[in-house]
Amino acid sequence: MKYAYYPGCSLGTSAEEYDVSTREVLRRLDVELADIPDWTCCGASAAEPVSRLLTLALPARNLALAEREAAGLDMLVPCSACYLNHLRVGRECAADRALPGRINEALGAEGLHYAGKVRVRHLLDVLAADIGPEALAAHASRRLEGLTVAPYYGCQVLRPYALFDDAEHPRSMTPLISALGAQVLDWSMGGRCCGASLMATRRDVALASVAAILEAAAGADVIVTVCPMCQMNLEAYQSQAHHADTISVLYLPQLLGLAFGLSDDQVLLGKNLAVTDALKGKLHACPTAGPERQTTPTGG
Amino acid sequence: MNKTKPPISLTPAAHQRTLDGGLVAIQDLVRSCMQCGTCTASCPNAFAMDLAPRQVWRLLLYGLTQEVLQSRTFWLCSACYTCTLRCPRGLPLTAAMAALKRLAAAEGDAVNRKKALFYQEFMRNVEQNGRIQEMGFMCSYFLAMHNPMLPLEYTPLGLKLLGKGKLHLGGGAQRGRLGPLFAKVRSMEERP
Ligand code: SF4
Ligand code: SF4
Repeated sequence: MKYAYYPGCSLGTSAEEYDVSTREVLRRLDVELADIPDWTCCGASAAEPVSRLLTLALPARNLALAEREAAGLDMLVPCSACYLNHLRVGRECAADRALPGRINEALGAEGLHYAGKVRVRHLLDVLAADIGPEALAAHASRRLEGLTVAPYYGCQVLRPYALFDDAEHPRSMTPLISALGAQVLDWSMGGRCCGASLMATRRDVALASVAAILEAAAGADVIVTVCPMCQMNLEAYQSQAHHADTISVLYLPQLLGLAFGLSDDQVLLGKNLAVTDALKGKLHACPTAGPERQTTPTGG
Repeated sequence: MNKTKPPISLTPAAHQRTLDGGLVAIQDLVRSCMQCGTCTASCPNAFAMDLAPRQVWRLLLYGLTQEVLQSRTFWLCSACYTCTLRCPRGLPLTAAMAALKRLAAAEGDAVNRKKALFYQEFMRNVEQNGRIQEMGFMCSYFLAMHNPMLPLEYTPLGLKLLGKGKLHLGGGAQRGRLGPLFAKVRSMEERP
């Protein structure tokens, strides 16, 4: 399996651990990633309040590069905001026939052309649909028994386009987590908004969402996320949200990597802002199963 | 907020400037709203809004733009798309909220223009650097907001990220890369 890879800005800076753990885990699953050369910012959630044409032209630039440099490959995107921005270009072009012409006029400034040939895939979609729980279980060398995981999906991975899961009751992570031997927390907050960029513009409002999510996850040992914005909002503001007991927050591929026997360092666990000693203790006490065991005697 | 300001009159040129954010274009997005209130009931941020989303659509369709632009509702949209997903009429409500942000930035009062700065500074950083430079963006945002308390609010997070070695500037290899695209989009949007 091979994909064109769009990491996005966060994964190069504040979400390095998401990038590294994604690459490490996919490599072990024999998935090849072709980095899209010279990719640029997709506009995040800031382009749409500024310019509608820019909202589409920025991701279209990356799609045009992928078409030219990695023809025939699906584009794999780990960040949910980047995923939606790239996905919507094709969707909106299909709905508005004048749009491809306008986008290509803009891209013409750089001699690029967008033809709409690249299929945009979220990391979660690839893990759930292309790789699947059996392959994950086969690569796991640690059974995450006794661990309860709260799967947090957030918004833009499933809304407005629910292409691989139920937008109201997402469950695509359930078989993936179960395959590792962990329990999945039965909760209704998996698709509840984390506040997104309101954390910067109206912190009080975003904190209310974060508080509600953290409270609902109280029965879990760890929340797993599939988006750098969700991850940051849930891990960095726990005390401001008046959440007394720290709850660990990991990226999904970090948890997968740990189950595959990767060390804390290999999934950059030290970069996370909320990882409790209790979680580390539980992880390291997990029974090993399978041949590729790599022990990492890191204390709590 | 300034309630005495005369209603905004949108000239065709202003429509063009805000590109799909003009009043008529936004009205078109919500024309078939049946006022069921599903959007309001679904919105995670409705508790903090002065106008409920349902009321925003009604006021827009009455042409009461000023009332809408004086509310803070659309600035509180976090683009979660729950309303868009659930609206029984299938209306693109998140897109309408974003269009209101564009309209408010172009036609609104000083309060609205200040709220728009966050997004504009972000995009300015993207234009300059090709990839967003989180540090540089926050600095220019603080400067643009003229609010001495703002950096303090961000200090705890800044220190945490610094401790994790996460507050570095990216490679910079894409610096200036997006200049031509931004310039082209700007000229296309200014075209009469
Ligand atoms: S959910 Fe749709 S139809 Fe119902 S009030 Fe909101 S916009 Fe109108
Ligand atoms: S998209 Fe915006 S308006 Fe709609 S429910 Fe979410 S936050 Fe509320």
